[in-house]
This record gives sequence, C-alpha cells and structure tokens, in this order.
Amino acid sequence: MTQDDIRTAFIEELTKIAPDIAAEDIGETDHIQDDLGLDSMDVLNLVTALHQRLGVDIPEPDYPRIATLSDAVPYLAAKGAGS
Amino acid sequence: MGVFALPSLGSDMDAGTLVEWLVSPGDTVHRGDAVAVIETQKGAIEIECFEDGTVQALLAETGKELPVGAPLAMILAPGESAADEEPEPISAVPEPTPAVPVAEPLPAPAAVSRGAAIEASPAARRRALDLGVDLAALTGSFPGGRIVLADVEAVATRTPTSVPAKPPSAMEEMRKAIGSAMSRSKRTIPHFYLSQSIDVQPAMDWLTAHNAGTPPADRILLGALFVRAAVRAATKVKVMNGHYGDQGFEPAKSVNAGVAVALRGGGLVAPALMDAERLGLRETMAGMRDLVSRARAGRLSNSEMTRGTITISSLGETGAEAMTGVIYPPQVALVCLGAPQVRPWVIGDGIVPRQVVTLTLCADHRVSDGRQAARYIAEFTAAITDPESI
Repeated sequence: MTQDDIRTAFIEELTKIAPDIAAEDIGETDHIQDDLGLDSMDVLNLVTALHQRLGVDIPEPDYPRIATLSDAVPYLAAKGAGS
Repeated sequence: MGVFALPSLGSDMDAGTLVEWLVSPGDTVHRGDAVAVIETQKGAIEIECFEDGTVQALLAETGKELPVGAPLAMILAPGESAADEEPEPISAVPEPTPAVPVAEPLPAPAAVSRGAAIEASPAARRRALDLGVDLAALTGSFPGGRIVLADVEAVATRTPTSVPAKPPSAMEEMRKAIGSAMSRSKRTIPHFYLSQSIDVQPAMDWLTAHNAGTPPADRILLGALFVRAAVRAATKVKVMNGHYGDQGFEPAKSVNAGVAVALRGGGLVAPALMDAERLGLRETMAGMRDLVSRARAGRLSNSEMTRGTITISSLGETGAEAMTGVIYPPQVALVCLGAPQVRPWVIGDGIVPRQVVTLTLCADHRVSDGRQAARYIAEFTAAITDPESI
C-alpha cells in the first residue's frame, strides 16, 4: 500500500466518522481534535476503523501520532499498513 | 384504525419538517420502527411508530412543516381491514395550528416514499433543505452511494433556484432551540448545585491497563465509566431520576441516561441510552459509541430525544476543570463532569499527584435537597473509585 493509499484511507475513515467535515477541508497539519473538533469517542472510532481497514493496531499511547494527516501517514506506513 | 400523529420532539421543539417517509402504504410496521424522518432545529430525528399494524395511508407530504400532534399516517391495527371507512384524520386530533398542511391522504406515493432511507449526511440534508434540492434525485458520490454536502452543492450551483433571501442557518435554528429550552429551564426550575473533587486515578489506571491489551473495538473511555457510575447512583437515589410534569415529580422505573454530545460547529444534543441500569460497562460503552455516531450522522430517534431521565455531561479528557450546567426539562438532575486535572492529593500522610475530576450535580429544588444530592455524589464517588465493581 502506497502512502497515497494510506492518505486516502485515513481521509475516508475520518469523513465517515465526521460526516460534516469535507475531505477537501482537511489540511495536512490540522489536528483532528484541536482543529477538526473530534472528541475522544470520535478518535477511538477512527482508531477502530483504521485497525479494521489497514490492519494496524494503534495503542493508546500512540494516539498523538495520528493527530494530523502529515504525522499519521508515515506512522501508519511504518506500522505496515495494508501489508 | 388509528391516526399516527407527530410525537413530541423534545423540550421546546414544537414543530419539524417532514423530510422523508421510510414506509409506504401497505407496509407492516411494528412498535419502535422508524417510519419517517423529521428535520428539527436540532437535526434530523427518526420518528418511531407506537404500535403494530399496517400503514393504510400517509397523511402528510414531505417538505412541509408540521406541529407536534399533526396527523402523519393512518395505521390499521393487525387484523383490521382497510376497506371500510375513509380516514378522517382531522377530527381525530386537536385542531392543528395554522399553516399546517393537513392534506388529503396522499395517492399511492411511489415517488414520495421509496421504502428505504436515503443515505445522506446531516450537512447535506440541511443544505438540501435550504436550497430546495430533492435528495431522492441525487446520486451520492460517497462510497456506498451516500449523499454528501458536495453533491448537493454541485446540483445547486448548476440549477438556478428560487431561494428565499436568507433562510436562518441550521446553526441559528439550533441556538434558538437550545436558548428556548434553557431559558424555560432557568425560569421554571429552582436549580441548586453541589460539587465534589474526586480522585479518578484508580479509574484511569484501570482503563489504561484494560485498554493496553485490548483491540480498539473493545477499548473503553473514561466517559463510559462516568455514565455507568452516574446510572448506578441514580438507581440508588431515585429523586434524581425521572420527569417533573403537571402532576409534579414522577420517578422513572428505569434509568434512561442522557449523554450530552457536543456537535462540531456548535450546539449539542443529549440522546438517551435507554434502560442503562441493565447495561454492563462494555454495553454502556457500545451504546454510547452508537449514540455518538448516530448523533453525528443525524439519525437519532424521537424516543431517544425525549425519554431521558437524567443527563450526564462530561467535558472530555482535556479542557476545563468544572462545569455548572442547566437541567434539561422535564428532567430534574444533570451530572456535570470536568476534564481530569493532575492535582496534589492527600493519601495517608503524604501528598501525591493524582488525576482529579470535579463533579457538579445540578438538581431541582422542587424535588430534592442538598442531603439527597450529597448522597447521590457519595454513591457516584464510591462507584468511580472502585472501577472493578462497575
């Protein structure tokens, strides 16, 4: 899975959990909680969705590493997303 | 045969716009089935049927604003025949307020109802309503065919519409609904408040250990422990759980725990987790996940919006340390929880840093006093400091 695929997956799962956010409005460095307004339940739903879709289990201490698109994509790639 | 009328939509929401039928004449319905979607000031709500039967006729058209009590459909009881009488919807309900389009029964509404829900995001629904775009005519671009905001706007920019000057935005409508419910609450409910700082370190340690070895789908949040503890306390201190109506306070038999969900862009809803006293911690967490996702997707039901018996409002895992809230009528208590803060705490002879949460119980003085409120807080504290027991 390429970094572009991971980016697409991340954006799709994020906009499923937050249907009122448009994909094109998500900036590279937007923080999913501080800027996009996700709460802790939304973050857990995102982690769950990424686990199911990419096979990457993100432990709680690592939640900050998926807080922005620009952090999440390399993190998920390094964890072997989709492989 | 009975007229199925628009039920209550929650405090101070006395009207809504019918946006979609989920059933057609001839369909069999059961108690609790969603039959229609009503757009309210607080987003779209699914309206549930009260009884079993067969839909004989739909009495209201989509796109029309309807007051609570307006006839929606004729429903035949099981075994009843449709042949006999012509429905007389108007005589069966109280005189509706003006501007109600109490229509003749609609003709076989193939075009109106498709029997299946249109999958659309709340933002798309609102925009479509504002712009007068028919969602049924759109093809969703989202995976699975779901209609999103961009699909509505794409059509709207192509099609010149006769949009009224500037309709109030969905946000303005929601602020109006919240303002009116909260003004009524402050005007009629003599609030009083008791607060306590609670050491939640045991609860947070327990959660960290539990979640470390658990796949994401089974992880639990502090908010679920709070709801569980609040529900347990409500089963023990019954004057905090129920509705205050014309006959005074009526304690509720079960605990329908309202969970305040902040919506992005502002506003909030507090749908209820029904019969929460029967749910264990895992089921409580699953129920809350489901409520939050449906609150985001605009798919809550009218019973969830109206049957809460006590509300829990938690500021989440980061943020301000305390909140004093406004009771959601006709309820009589609101449990407010600030975000956990690291604070010096005395344990034995020592002072240690601990995660501390401030609970503020807002209660109705017509129903209870400080002593009962203190007891509620003590029950909550006992539960949250012994997370194993929840």
